[in-house]
Amino acid sequence: MIWIFLSSGLFLGWSLGANDAANIFGTAIGTKMLRFRTAAIFGSIFVILGAVISGSGAAHTLGKLGDINAVGGAFTVALAAGATVSWMAKLGLPVSTTQAIVGSIVGWDLFTGSRIDTVSLTKIVSTWFFSPLLAGIFAFILFNILKFYLKRVKIHLLQIDNFTRIGLLLIGIFGAYSLGANNIANVMGVFMGSNPFKGLSLGFFYLNDIQVLFMVGGFAIALGIFTYSYKVITTVGRELHKLSPLAALVVVLAESLVLFIFASQSLERFLISMGIPPLPLVPVSSSQAVVGAIVGIGIARGGARAINFKKLYKIVIGWFLTPLSSGILSFILLFFMQNVFQISTYRPIKYAITEYAYRDVPPTLKQAIEPIKGEVFANAREFKEKLSELGIKREDTGYLLSLARIDSIYIDSMIANKELDQKWFGKKRIEAVKQLHGRMFVHKWQVVKELSKISDEWKFRSGDRRYRVYNRELQKMYDTIFHVFSIQNIREKFKISPE
Amino acid sequence: MIPIFKKTKQLEAKIDEFLDTILQAALEFKQALKYYLNGDWNEFSERENVVDRLEGRADSRRRDIENQLYQEMLIPESRGDVLALLENSDDVLNLIADTIVEFSIERPEIFPEVKDQFDSLVEVSIGAVEEMVCAVRSYFKNITGVRDHISKIMFFEKESDKIGEKIKRYIFERDDIDLAKKTHLRTFITYIQNIADKAEDIGDRVNIYAIKRMM
Repeated sequence: MIWIFLSSGLFLGWSLGANDAANIFGTAIGTKMLRFRTAAIFGSIFVILGAVISGSGAAHTLGKLGDINAVGGAFTVALAAGATVSWMAKLGLPVSTTQAIVGSIVGWDLFTGSRIDTVSLTKIVSTWFFSPLLAGIFAFILFNILKFYLKRVKIHLLQIDNFTRIGLLLIGIFGAYSLGANNIANVMGVFMGSNPFKGLSLGFFYLNDIQVLFMVGGFAIALGIFTYSYKVITTVGRELHKLSPLAALVVVLAESLVLFIFASQSLERFLISMGIPPLPLVPVSSSQAVVGAIVGIGIARGGARAINFKKLYKIVIGWFLTPLSSGILSFILLFFMQNVFQISTYRPIKYAITEYAYRDVPPTLKQAIEPIKGEVFANAREFKEKLSELGIKREDTGYLLSLARIDSIYIDSMIANKELDQKWFGKKRIEAVKQLHGRMFVHKWQVVKELSKISDEWKFRSGDRRYRVYNRELQKMYDTIFHVFSIQNIREKFKISPE
Repeated sequence: MIPIFKKTKQLEAKIDEFLDTILQAALEFKQALKYYLNGDWNEFSERENVVDRLEGRADSRRRDIENQLYQEMLIPESRGDVLALLENSDDVLNLIADTIVEFSIERPEIFPEVKDQFDSLVEVSIGAVEEMVCAVRSYFKNITGVRDHISKIMFFEKESDKIGEKIKRYIFERDDIDLAKKTHLRTFITYIQNIADKAEDIGDRVNIYAIKRMM
């Protein structure tokens, strides 16, 4: 059953592999600098590695945009995105899986009345503008460096040819890794909330449940590369083909760098340690980065005349058209899934100012909140509407939303032993969880509060940007805890009927 | 990795040898004509044989290089240009070889008054060929150097035009020479000028290909 639901995500992965591999190895294969088999084998391996090793950064940001908590919803959201991508590809627009999935997720948010995280949305949307620009700048600089170097270093044409070949392979590998790291979130991100997989121990390595999910998605991308990317490269006749191999080298490197810097947590850690504000980790579109890079080279070659405005116009159209159409499609499909096929597309999240929550309401708001104490709201939208009726300011609603969100969490030490990986959580954290054996919680933040009381290891650190990475890793552990011990999940796992 | 580099090194050597052959043939041609002007028939036909041998060798070298370029799918983007360069360079050699054969068959009479000028004509025309070989070599190894050689080729070609014209004017102004002899000599002056013209054509091509390669 789970594979049926996953199928739409796998389809999305397959089409990503088929389309985006052309952005990495297109020229190399088109000009016969590399054999397709070589490119496909290396490309597939490194796409999977990138997805598993560095995929979680960008996925985290995407996850914040919509916490899709039912597998039926995830299926539909990915399906809407996949359909949009295929359609856009047919129209010949630079396809962006990212924009499609973001539109779909927002469609889900709207359909379910969930809260739209505007901070994450702004972050993601701003990178759509920023990533082609950055790719263009990189390409401009790299191109000039290469030109300067080639003019001065006297290398035989045939040797340049050899170096180009090796360069195309190495940069292609880097590109594949970056693509996997950056874009796996698009493919598998929506399934994170309903992830059916468990962690996997591979001798020295431990893959957590999300990494296993990403590995499966990585295989789908690899399948796309092997089965269809050759056709895309040879028949669709992408922009890249018209480039010389050396120019392609620059374009692919610029594109890969952009994908990489928007995906790499190690780079983020490094920047933070240097005291430089890091870039957000967000999935970006490789096709659009490529167009940006080509424009960058065009400017380096012949100034602004070289800019293909028609192509840029197409990108801008894509920025609006892709998310809009996938959002609408997602909304419609979700409606049919839910009401016609009776498949649950979301797990309703209720909101209530419970007794516990009320205690944590800031004193200044207590009086305003008083009338709705104990009242249960069906979803975030209704709760928000009520809050604004009560005259609560916008800046306070975010906090109240997280405070009032109802989840049912039941901690059990047997499940803790079985489901939580020692290597990842560490002994101390697991022991702390076990101390809560038998306790029920209605709010997630209660779990955080209790665990932080028991062990320092469960405390979020504050005061310094450097803790950002630590806190995110800790948040991931908390998310696993919420998932593993959610009553609904336990019921499904142990086949306990709701009554 | 290593086998690739080894193979291209071999190919590099083959291209260099091909160009060496053209250069050698051009120099042999120049030498042969010196003997011709001095009336030394034995030496002349000796050199004629050498040029003929070199022409054959260059042909087979060129085919060898072309096959390897295509079989091993090297330099996909500039392969067409390289091929055109090699074939056109080979044409120059063919022109030289044909001209020397014509000399040996028709034995045109070169009047003593124009001997020195005729010698200069050969000198500058072969000078154009020498620079052309350098330009082609430069295209492979040192792209920025191509320009200098092109300028020299252009200079030599112009010079060959001027000298050729001067000789022609001189002989056709003379009344004491038979018209048949005049036209005979004119034909051979044109042959030699053609060599420089062809070298210039190739220079132009190299120039374009080099600009293309500058990205």
